[in-house]
Amino acid sequence: MHIAEGFLPPAHAIAWGVASAPFVVHGVRSLTREVREHPESTLLLGASGAFTFVLSALKLPSVTGSCSHPTGTGLGAILFRPPIMAVLGTITLLFQALLLAHGGLTTLGANVFSMAIAGPWAGYGIYRLLRRYQVPLMVTVFFGAFVADLVTYCVTSVQLALAFPDPSSGFLGALGKFGSIFSVTQIPLAVSEGLLTVLVMRLLVQSSKGELTRLGVLLSGKQNRTETEAVAR
Amino acid sequence: MSRNTKINVLLLLVVAALAVLPLALGLGDHKEEPFTGADGEAETAITEIEPDYKPWFSPLYEPPSGEIESALFSLQAALGAGVLAYYFGLRRGRRQGEQQARERERDAEGTPPDAESASGGASEESMAERS
Repeated sequence: MHIAEGFLPPAHAIAWGVASAPFVVHGVRSLTREVREHPESTLLLGASGAFTFVLSALKLPSVTGSCSHPTGTGLGAILFRPPIMAVLGTITLLFQALLLAHGGLTTLGANVFSMAIAGPWAGYGIYRLLRRYQVPLMVTVFFGAFVADLVTYCVTSVQLALAFPDPSSGFLGALGKFGSIFSVTQIPLAVSEGLLTVLVMRLLVQSSKGELTRLGVLLSGKQNRTETEAVAR
Repeated sequence: MSRNTKINVLLLLVVAALAVLPLALGLGDHKEEPFTGADGEAETAITEIEPDYKPWFSPLYEPPSGEIESALFSLQAALGAGVLAYYFGLRRGRRQGEQQARERERDAEGTPPDAESASGGASEESMAERS
Protein backbone atom coordinates (compact mmCIF):
# COMPACT_ATOMS: atom_id res chain seq x y z
CA MET A 1 0.00 0.00 0.00
CA HIS A 2 2.99 2.28 -0.04
CA ILE A 3 2.67 5.16 -2.43
CA ALA A 4 6.23 5.64 -3.67
CA GLU A 5 8.26 8.77 -3.00
CA GLY A 6 7.21 11.67 -5.23
CA PHE A 7 4.25 9.80 -6.68
CA LEU A 8 1.61 12.14 -5.29
CA PRO A 9 1.27 15.68 -6.64
CA PRO A 10 2.48 18.24 -4.05
CA ALA A 11 -1.04 19.52 -3.24
CA HIS A 12 -2.25 15.98 -2.47
CA ALA A 13 0.88 15.15 -0.49
CA ILE A 14 0.41 18.24 1.68
CA ALA A 15 -3.34 17.66 2.11
CA TRP A 16 -2.83 14.08 3.34
CA GLY A 17 -0.03 15.27 5.62
CA VAL A 18 -2.37 17.87 7.13
CA ALA A 19 -5.13 15.29 7.50
CA SER A 20 -2.85 12.79 9.25
CA ALA A 21 -0.92 15.12 11.56
CA PRO A 22 -3.66 15.64 14.22
CA PHE A 23 -4.22 11.89 14.54
CA VAL A 24 -0.51 11.26 15.06
CA VAL A 25 -0.16 14.14 17.55
CA HIS A 26 -3.18 12.90 19.48
CA GLY A 27 -1.70 9.40 19.31
CA VAL A 28 1.62 10.53 20.77
CA ARG A 29 -0.30 12.10 23.68
CA SER A 30 -2.31 8.91 24.26
CA LEU A 31 0.87 6.87 24.07
CA THR A 32 2.77 8.98 26.63
CA ARG A 33 -0.27 8.94 28.94
CA GLU A 34 -0.55 5.17 28.65
CA VAL A 35 3.15 4.66 29.40
CA ARG A 36 3.07 7.11 32.33
CA GLU A 37 -0.06 5.66 33.93
CA HIS A 38 0.68 2.02 33.17
CA PRO A 39 4.45 1.56 32.82
CA GLU A 40 3.85 -2.21 32.82
CA SER A 41 2.14 -1.94 29.43
CA THR A 42 5.35 -0.71 27.73
CA LEU A 43 6.34 -4.27 26.96
CA LEU A 44 3.03 -5.13 25.29
CA LEU A 45 3.16 -1.83 23.38
CA GLY A 46 6.56 -2.89 22.09
CA ALA A 47 5.16 -6.26 21.09
CA SER A 48 2.26 -4.62 19.19
CA GLY A 49 4.68 -2.38 17.32
CA ALA A 50 6.89 -5.40 16.65
CA PHE A 51 3.94 -7.28 15.15
CA THR A 52 3.43 -4.42 12.67
CA PHE A 53 7.16 -4.48 11.94
CA VAL A 54 7.15 -8.17 11.09
CA LEU A 55 3.96 -8.23 9.07
CA SER A 56 4.67 -5.15 6.99
CA ALA A 57 8.04 -6.64 6.00
CA LEU A 58 6.43 -9.90 4.84
CA LYS A 59 5.83 -9.73 1.12
CA LEU A 60 3.52 -12.57 0.18
CA PRO A 61 2.40 -13.82 -3.22
CA SER A 62 -1.29 -13.44 -3.94
CA VAL A 63 -3.97 -14.74 -6.31
CA THR A 64 -3.53 -11.88 -8.79
CA GLY A 65 0.05 -12.95 -9.51
CA SER A 66 1.63 -10.06 -7.66
CA CYS A 67 3.05 -9.65 -4.19
CA SER A 68 1.90 -7.52 -1.34
CA HIS A 69 2.22 -7.41 2.42
CA PRO A 70 -0.07 -7.36 5.47
CA THR A 71 -0.05 -4.34 7.77
CA GLY A 72 -0.24 -5.82 11.28
CA THR A 73 -2.17 -2.82 12.60
CA GLY A 74 -5.34 -4.62 13.71
CA LEU A 75 -3.72 -6.16 16.80
CA GLY A 76 -2.47 -2.87 18.26
CA ALA A 77 -5.75 -1.11 17.46
CA ILE A 78 -7.72 -3.79 19.34
CA LEU A 79 -5.31 -3.85 22.30
CA PHE A 80 -4.53 -0.16 22.74
CA ARG A 81 -7.14 1.63 20.61
CA PRO A 82 -6.44 3.27 17.24
CA PRO A 83 -4.76 6.55 18.37
CA ILE A 84 -1.78 4.63 19.74
CA MET A 85 -1.64 2.51 16.59
CA ALA A 86 -1.31 5.75 14.60
CA VAL A 87 2.04 6.30 16.29
CA LEU A 88 3.27 2.70 15.99
CA GLY A 89 2.25 2.61 12.31
CA THR A 90 3.98 5.91 11.61
CA ILE A 91 7.22 4.62 13.14
CA THR A 92 7.08 1.55 10.87
CA LEU A 93 6.38 3.69 7.79
CA LEU A 94 9.23 6.07 8.67
CA PHE A 95 11.65 3.15 9.00
CA GLN A 96 10.62 1.87 5.58
CA ALA A 97 10.70 5.32 3.96
CA LEU A 98 14.14 6.22 5.32
CA LEU A 99 15.99 2.92 5.06
CA LEU A 100 14.23 0.93 2.35
CA ALA A 101 13.12 3.66 -0.09
CA HIS A 102 9.73 1.99 0.36
CA GLY A 103 7.03 4.61 0.52
CA GLY A 104 8.48 8.06 1.08
CA LEU A 105 8.65 11.27 3.07
CA THR A 106 6.46 13.26 0.67
CA THR A 107 3.87 10.46 0.61
CA LEU A 108 4.23 9.72 4.34
CA GLY A 109 1.04 11.63 5.17
CA ALA A 110 -1.02 9.61 2.69
CA ASN A 111 0.54 6.30 3.75
CA VAL A 112 0.06 7.11 7.44
CA PHE A 113 -3.56 7.97 6.72
CA SER A 114 -4.28 4.64 5.04
CA MET A 115 -2.20 2.27 7.17
CA ALA A 116 -1.97 3.91 10.58
CA ILE A 117 -5.32 5.76 10.78
CA ALA A 118 -8.08 4.52 8.44
CA GLY A 119 -7.22 0.80 8.70
CA PRO A 120 -6.89 0.70 12.51
CA TRP A 121 -10.09 2.72 13.03
CA ALA A 122 -12.09 0.56 10.63
CA GLY A 123 -10.76 -2.66 12.18
CA TYR A 124 -11.39 -1.38 15.70
CA GLY A 125 -14.91 -0.31 14.71
CA ILE A 126 -15.79 -3.77 13.40
CA TYR A 127 -14.19 -5.39 16.44
CA ARG A 128 -16.26 -3.28 18.83
CA LEU A 129 -19.44 -3.77 16.82
CA LEU A 130 -19.09 -7.56 16.84
CA ARG A 131 -18.12 -7.52 20.51
CA ARG A 132 -21.36 -5.71 21.31
CA TYR A 133 -23.30 -8.58 19.75
CA GLN A 134 -21.28 -11.01 21.87
CA VAL A 135 -19.53 -12.69 18.98
CA PRO A 136 -16.71 -14.92 20.36
CA LEU A 137 -13.49 -12.99 21.01
CA MET A 138 -11.34 -14.76 18.41
CA VAL A 139 -13.92 -14.20 15.67
CA THR A 140 -14.03 -10.48 16.44
CA VAL A 141 -10.22 -10.37 16.45
CA PHE A 142 -10.10 -12.08 13.05
CA PHE A 143 -12.53 -9.63 11.46
CA GLY A 144 -10.90 -6.66 13.19
CA ALA A 145 -7.52 -7.51 11.66
CA PHE A 146 -9.03 -8.54 8.30
CA VAL A 147 -10.91 -5.25 7.93
CA ALA A 148 -7.96 -3.13 9.14
CA ASP A 149 -5.79 -4.74 6.46
CA LEU A 150 -8.28 -4.52 3.61
CA VAL A 151 -9.48 -0.98 4.34
CA THR A 152 -5.86 0.22 4.29
CA TYR A 153 -5.49 -0.94 0.69
CA CYS A 154 -8.89 0.41 -0.35
CA VAL A 155 -7.95 3.83 1.03
CA THR A 156 -4.65 3.72 -0.90
CA SER A 157 -6.65 3.01 -4.07
CA VAL A 158 -8.91 6.01 -3.36
CA GLN A 159 -5.89 8.22 -2.69
CA LEU A 160 -4.29 7.30 -6.01
CA ALA A 161 -7.58 7.58 -7.93
CA LEU A 162 -8.10 11.09 -6.51
CA ALA A 163 -4.60 12.11 -7.59
CA PHE A 164 -4.67 10.33 -10.96
CA PRO A 165 -8.22 10.15 -12.34
CA ASP A 166 -8.46 8.26 -15.61
CA PRO A 167 -8.56 10.63 -18.63
CA SER A 168 -11.61 8.87 -20.09
CA SER A 169 -13.41 7.15 -17.21
CA GLY A 170 -12.45 9.63 -14.47
CA PHE A 171 -12.16 8.94 -10.76
CA LEU A 172 -14.23 5.75 -10.83
CA GLY A 173 -12.27 4.28 -13.72
CA ALA A 174 -9.00 4.95 -11.93
CA LEU A 175 -10.44 3.57 -8.69
CA GLY A 176 -11.28 0.32 -10.50
CA LYS A 177 -7.74 0.15 -11.84
CA PHE A 178 -5.95 0.83 -8.55
CA GLY A 179 -8.53 -1.24 -6.67
CA SER A 180 -7.82 -4.28 -8.83
CA ILE A 181 -4.08 -3.86 -8.19
CA PHE A 182 -4.33 -3.34 -4.43
CA SER A 183 -7.64 -4.49 -2.98
CA VAL A 184 -8.15 -7.74 -4.92
CA THR A 185 -4.54 -8.77 -4.28
CA GLN A 186 -5.05 -8.01 -0.63
CA ILE A 187 -8.06 -10.25 0.09
CA PRO A 188 -6.15 -13.52 0.75
CA LEU A 189 -3.43 -11.56 2.55
CA ALA A 190 -6.05 -9.97 4.79
CA VAL A 191 -7.26 -13.49 5.64
CA SER A 192 -3.65 -14.43 6.48
CA GLU A 193 -3.31 -11.35 8.64
CA GLY A 194 -6.57 -12.17 10.42
CA LEU A 195 -5.35 -15.70 11.19
CA LEU A 196 -1.91 -14.51 12.39
CA THR A 197 -3.54 -11.91 14.62
CA VAL A 198 -5.81 -14.60 16.10
CA LEU A 199 -2.70 -16.72 16.75
CA VAL A 200 -0.93 -13.91 18.60
CA MET A 201 -4.11 -13.07 20.53
CA ARG A 202 -4.43 -16.72 21.59
CA LEU A 203 -0.84 -16.62 22.89
CA LEU A 204 -1.61 -13.36 24.68
CA VAL A 205 -4.72 -14.83 26.34
CA GLN A 206 -2.52 -17.61 27.69
CA SER A 207 0.37 -15.42 28.78
CA SER A 208 -1.04 -12.00 29.65
CA LYS A 209 -4.54 -12.48 31.04
CA GLY A 210 -4.21 -9.68 33.58
CA GLU A 211 -3.00 -7.20 30.99
CA LEU A 212 -5.80 -8.05 28.56
CA THR A 213 -8.40 -7.67 31.29
CA ARG A 214 -7.06 -4.24 32.22
CA LEU A 215 -7.17 -3.21 28.55
CA GLY A 216 -10.77 -4.38 28.32
CA VAL A 217 -10.08 -7.06 25.70
CA LEU A 218 -11.00 -9.80 28.15
CA LEU A 219 -13.98 -8.97 30.30
CA SER A 220 -13.63 -9.65 33.98
CA GLY A 221 -15.96 -12.12 35.62
CA LYS A 222 -17.85 -14.94 34.02
CA GLN A 223 -17.39 -14.04 30.35
CA ASN A 224 -13.63 -13.80 30.87
CA ARG A 225 -13.57 -17.27 32.36
CA THR A 226 -15.55 -18.91 29.58
CA GLU A 227 -13.37 -17.25 26.94
CA THR A 228 -10.06 -18.25 28.48
CA GLU A 229 -11.43 -21.72 28.98
CA ALA A 230 -12.44 -21.85 25.33
CA VAL A 231 -8.85 -21.06 24.37
CA ALA A 232 -7.26 -23.41 26.88
CA ARG A 233 -9.44 -26.33 25.87
CA MET B 1 0.39 -32.17 21.54
CA SER B 2 -2.40 -30.36 23.34
CA ARG B 3 -5.54 -29.26 21.51
CA ASN B 4 -4.38 -25.70 22.01
CA THR B 5 -1.04 -26.25 20.26
CA LYS B 6 -2.80 -28.14 17.48
CA ILE B 7 -5.04 -25.15 16.76
CA ASN B 8 -2.01 -22.82 16.70
CA VAL B 9 -0.12 -25.08 14.30
CA LEU B 10 -3.23 -25.36 12.11
CA LEU B 11 -3.49 -21.55 11.95
CA LEU B 12 0.14 -21.34 10.81
CA LEU B 13 -0.40 -24.08 8.21
CA VAL B 14 -3.39 -22.26 6.70
CA VAL B 15 -1.35 -19.04 6.47
CA ALA B 16 1.50 -20.93 4.81
CA ALA B 17 -0.93 -22.58 2.37
CA LEU B 18 -2.44 -19.19 1.47
CA ALA B 19 1.06 -17.95 0.63
CA VAL B 20 2.21 -21.01 -1.30
CA LEU B 21 -0.96 -21.78 -3.29
CA PRO B 22 -0.72 -18.81 -5.69
CA LEU B 23 2.83 -19.93 -6.54
CA ALA B 24 1.96 -23.63 -6.83
CA LEU B 25 -1.08 -22.95 -9.01
CA GLY B 26 0.98 -20.65 -11.23
CA LEU B 27 -1.38 -17.72 -10.83
CA GLY B 28 1.33 -15.33 -12.00
CA ASP B 29 1.90 -17.13 -15.31
CA HIS B 30 -0.18 -14.66 -17.33
CA LYS B 31 2.22 -11.88 -16.43
CA GLU B 32 5.52 -10.96 -18.03
CA GLU B 33 7.08 -10.63 -14.62
CA PRO B 34 5.09 -12.76 -12.20
CA PHE B 35 4.82 -11.83 -8.52
CA THR B 36 6.22 -8.33 -8.62
CA GLY B 37 5.19 -5.95 -5.85
CA ALA B 38 1.73 -4.36 -5.98
CA ASP B 39 3.32 -1.03 -5.05
CA GLY B 40 5.40 -1.18 -8.22
CA GLU B 41 2.36 -2.12 -10.31
CA ALA B 42 0.59 0.97 -9.00
CA GLU B 43 3.52 3.10 -10.18
CA THR B 44 3.19 1.55 -13.63
CA ALA B 45 -0.56 2.25 -13.61
CA ILE B 46 0.11 5.89 -12.72
CA THR B 47 2.46 6.31 -15.64
CA GLU B 48 -0.16 4.67 -17.89
CA ILE B 49 -2.85 7.12 -16.78
CA GLU B 50 -0.54 10.15 -16.83
CA PRO B 51 2.45 9.41 -19.07
CA ASP B 52 3.89 12.88 -18.38
CA TYR B 53 3.93 12.51 -14.61
CA LYS B 54 7.40 12.76 -13.17
CA PRO B 55 8.02 12.00 -9.49
CA TRP B 56 9.03 15.35 -7.99
CA PHE B 57 11.00 14.00 -5.07
CA SER B 58 13.35 11.06 -4.76
CA PRO B 59 14.20 8.99 -1.69
CA LEU B 60 16.99 10.42 0.47
CA TYR B 61 18.58 7.00 0.68
CA GLU B 62 18.07 4.11 -1.65
CA PRO B 63 19.52 0.66 -0.98
CA PRO B 64 22.30 0.27 -3.56
CA SER B 65 21.11 -3.18 -4.71
CA GLY B 66 18.26 -5.64 -4.44
CA GLU B 67 20.39 -7.72 -2.09
CA ILE B 68 20.93 -4.84 0.33
CA GLU B 69 17.23 -4.06 0.12
CA SER B 70 16.21 -7.59 1.03
CA ALA B 71 18.81 -7.56 3.79
CA LEU B 72 17.17 -4.45 5.25
CA PHE B 73 13.72 -6.01 4.89
CA SER B 74 14.92 -9.09 6.75
CA LEU B 75 16.38 -6.81 9.40
CA GLN B 76 12.96 -5.22 9.84
CA ALA B 77 11.28 -8.62 10.17
CA ALA B 78 14.01 -9.89 12.48
CA LEU B 79 13.74 -6.87 14.77
CA GLY B 80 9.99 -7.37 15.04
CA ALA B 81 10.22 -11.10 15.54
CA GLY B 82 12.96 -10.61 18.14
CA VAL B 83 10.87 -8.23 20.22
CA LEU B 84 7.82 -10.52 19.98
CA ALA B 85 9.89 -13.54 21.00
CA TYR B 86 11.39 -11.55 23.89
CA TYR B 87 7.89 -10.59 25.07
CA PHE B 88 6.51 -14.12 25.05
CA GLY B 89 9.71 -15.58 26.47
CA LEU B 90 9.69 -13.10 29.34
CA ARG B 91 6.01 -13.79 30.07
CA ARG B 92 6.56 -17.52 30.06
CA GLY B 93 9.57 -17.20 32.33
CA ARG B 94 7.66 -15.02 34.77
CA ARG B 95 4.72 -17.38 34.85
CA GLN B 96 6.99 -20.36 35.49
CA GLY B 97 8.86 -18.39 38.15
CA GLU B 98 5.62 -17.51 39.91
CA GLN B 99 4.47 -21.09 39.76
CA GLN B 100 7.75 -22.35 41.20
CA ALA B 101 7.63 -19.74 43.94
CA ARG B 102 4.10 -20.84 44.80
CA GLU B 103 5.16 -24.48 44.93
CA ARG B 104 8.15 -23.68 47.12
CA GLU B 105 5.95 -21.65 49.44
CA ARG B 106 3.55 -24.55 49.70
CA ASP B 107 6.44 -26.93 50.44
CA ALA B 108 7.85 -24.58 53.08
CA GLU B 109 4.48 -24.05 54.76
CA GLY B 110 3.35 -27.61 54.62
CA THR B 111 5.04 -29.82 57.24
CA PRO B 112 6.59 -33.13 56.07
CA PRO B 113 4.05 -35.67 54.80
CA ASP B 114 3.80 -37.88 57.93
CA ALA B 115 3.64 -34.88 60.29
CA GLU B 116 0.99 -33.42 57.96
CA SER B 117 -1.27 -36.44 58.32
CA ALA B 118 -0.76 -36.28 62.07
CA SER B 119 -1.67 -32.62 62.21
CA GLY B 120 -4.57 -33.36 59.86
CA GLY B 121 -5.71 -35.99 62.31
CA ALA B 122 -5.31 -33.52 65.13
CA SER B 123 -7.43 -30.95 63.39
CA GLU B 124 -10.04 -33.61 62.70
CA GLU B 125 -10.01 -34.47 66.36
CA SER B 126 -10.40 -30.87 67.36
CA MET B 127 -13.28 -30.56 64.86
CA ALA B 128 -14.86 -33.63 66.40
CA GLU B 129 -14.41 -32.23 69.86
CA ARG B 130 -16.00 -28.96 68.86
CA SER B 131 -19.01 -30.64 67.35
